[in-house]
Amino acid sequence: MRILVCIKQVPGTTQVDIDEKTGVLKRDGVESKINPYDLYAIETALRLKAHWPEATTLALTMGPPQAEQSLREALMMGIDEVALISDRAFAGSDVLATAYTLSQAIQAIGDTGIILCGQQTTDGDTAQVGPEIAEFLDIPHATNISAIPECQANAVTVQVDLPTTEETIRLPLPCLLSVNKGIHTPRLPSFKRKKETREVAVRRMTLADFPDTDPDHYGLNGSPTNVVRIFPPEHHVTRETWEGSSGELAGRLCTYLRDAKFLV
Amino acid sequence: MAELIVHQEKIPDLSQVVNLCPFGAIEVNANRVSISPACRMCKICIKKGPPGAFELVESRLAEIDKTAWRGIAVYIDQTEGDIHPVSLELVGKACELAGKIGHPVFALLAGHRLAALTEELRHYSIDTISVYDHPQLEHFRIEPYTAVFEDFINRCKPSTVLVGGTAIGRSLAPRVAARFRTGLTADCTFLDMQPNTDLDQIRPAFGGNIMAHIRTPRHRPQFATVRYKIFSAPQRRDAATGEVIVATPTDAMLASRIETLAAHRKEPVKNIEDADVLVVAGQGIQRRENLDLLQQLAERLGGMVGGTRPVIEAGWLEPRRQIGLSGRTVKPKLIITCGVSGSIQFVAGMSGSEKIIAINIDPDASIFKIAHTAMVGDVCEIIPELLNTLAKGDNVHV
Ligand SMILES: Cc1cc2nc3c(=O)[nH]c(=O)nc-3n(C[C@H](O)[C@H](O)[C@H](O)COP(=O)(O)OP(=O)(O)OC[C@H]3O[C@@H](n4cnc5c(N)ncnc54)[C@H](O)[C@@H]3O)c2cc1C
Ligand SMILES: Nc1ncnc2c1ncn2[C@@H]1O[C@H](COP(=O)(O)O)[C@@H](O)[C@H]1O
Repeated sequence: MRILVCIKQVPGTTQVDIDEKTGVLKRDGVESKINPYDLYAIETALRLKAHWPEATTLALTMGPPQAEQSLREALMMGIDEVALISDRAFAGSDVLATAYTLSQAIQAIGDTGIILCGQQTTDGDTAQVGPEIAEFLDIPHATNISAIPECQANAVTVQVDLPTTEETIRLPLPCLLSVNKGIHTPRLPSFKRKKETREVAVRRMTLADFPDTDPDHYGLNGSPTNVVRIFPPEHHVTRETWEGSSGELAGRLCTYLRDAKFLV
Repeated sequence: MAELIVHQEKIPDLSQVVNLCPFGAIEVNANRVSISPACRMCKICIKKGPPGAFELVESRLAEIDKTAWRGIAVYIDQTEGDIHPVSLELVGKACELAGKIGHPVFALLAGHRLAALTEELRHYSIDTISVYDHPQLEHFRIEPYTAVFEDFINRCKPSTVLVGGTAIGRSLAPRVAARFRTGLTADCTFLDMQPNTDLDQIRPAFGGNIMAHIRTPRHRPQFATVRYKIFSAPQRRDAATGEVIVATPTDAMLASRIETLAAHRKEPVKNIEDADVLVVAGQGIQRRENLDLLQQLAERLGGMVGGTRPVIEAGWLEPRRQIGLSGRTVKPKLIITCGVSGSIQFVAGMSGSEKIIAINIDPDASIFKIAHTAMVGDVCEIIPELLNTLAKGDNVHV
């Protein structure tokens, strides 16, 4: 049985800006990292593995060839196998196309017991990819998972943390779980593992490896949503600027708070 | 198949075009320019590259009959007898959008013991309320809720479906959207309606200071989620006008492989969304100790302390105090931001506040573009001074 973890490589910096004159996106620094929320999913996979004698862990990512770096890091954390899903046919994927691509790869890999996802990505930030993968695979899913108190041969019991309620639910395998940040503290990649996994090959998958090879189901064509345009945010606020020494500023603020009756 | 075509002969300088792409997807190999899978189809290379060098060739994708889909549907998010207020905000928005194209507004209510909620919903301008009331829907489980949602869509054929960006909505909406193989835009901050029923959706995108305008031109229904407090609550009307449709879920719809073993209500906590006054800590407060000072200030104002994402990630505040796109949206009467730069993701969560006072040492900080009062100064000095003055002031008044 495989425990799969979906990870995404995201920009290491959030500094993406738009040049107001030319309308061109500027992204400073090309450095990337594993989506921080996915580290919790990796850690969860490594801990869950101990509950089933034949379980192995596999991390997969859909992204450009450079995303291999994230997979190497997952290996260094203790993941057994890694797969890189990369093809020009996947360019321009929205959530639906991304989830469909991942679900096809998961079917091609096979022997799925549990699929783990992070809560959300720091660049896409939709938290939707997980539930859509589960739908394409026709397996149950749960999100907002704060703990996995029990594992049985063919089921897991998880704690779901909702804003007003806390629920304990049991899902049969296979299933997909989106775990919350904080479920377990992710371990650091180890140098020992780095040496040990140097020879581990990254499994590369393209459209040709999938059960469904119709290019119209992937990338831009397989994406129902279209970006019509991008633009810098506009703000129009009439405002006043206060300058002066800290004491003067504090005094003015104090007067305002008092006059506007904000003090209780 | 839509594809980006590179016309090599129209590129005078190969090295120049590589930098065009913000995602690093333009590559040069053996003197040929190619597009790598990193491409996000932002089309900047078409607009900003050498004329005619990059071209998007679109194939004729199947058009759908948009007139077969009519109406704007809202999923009513309820837990244990309470309607989440975001659902009513969406009803208000749905009425506005439906008015532009002369469509009806539908609501979907699923759960158990829903009589009181149904009656309450009749006081909002919803044309029909479909109610799926069953003991097996008491707790949210993804499979039956998805099945009921699917049934609702098949019956009503709405053109647009709006779902609140709650914990439940963020699990349910993508599942249902995927079942219909259609598009879903998460956490929209602005919605409008085209005469041809295409929904205009705007949200911050690409993880940067950029807004994206998104449409779902070839699929129906089109799904969008919106966070709490992005739109305003509609007026409750005295007359109960909404028509109720009692829908009976079949056994097949109720089937689930998931078992709810236990569910209990959490201690109610006061949320930053409900505070009238917020004092916000940004990275500019420098030290954790300064949070205590902000806490004191918040107490003097009967308010609460919130934070930006880096402050939450540093563990200085609990996650539910995060303001912004991936945190909470707030609309207090007064918000004082302390050492906050004003990133688009932060601003998306608070720009609706009635009065914004921003304290930042940098006169060019973006937060000043949206602030009503811009205080240029050192927050680590201003706040202690302010607390001092407030303390002294008390003595004078008492
Ligand atoms: C997809 C996505 C979602 C995100 N969601 C959120 C979100 O929900 N909420 C959120 O907050 N962020 C979010 N972010 C992060 C966001 O982009 C910014 O990185 C973040 O808001 C910056 O926080 P900050 O203003 O506290 O810190 P900084 O940007 O570091 O700003 C600190 C500010 O403090 C000022 N300063 C420094 N010292 C002083 C002093 N002594 N006195 C006064 N001012 C001082 C500086 O001039 C600066 O302007 C998100 C990012 C992405 C990519
Ligand atoms: N390109 C991708 N490759 C692999 N996993 C992904 C990808 N995009 C998203 N995911 C998974 O889906 C989760 C939610 O992502 P998102 O919907 O983008 O917020 C992430 O935490 C990952 O576990």
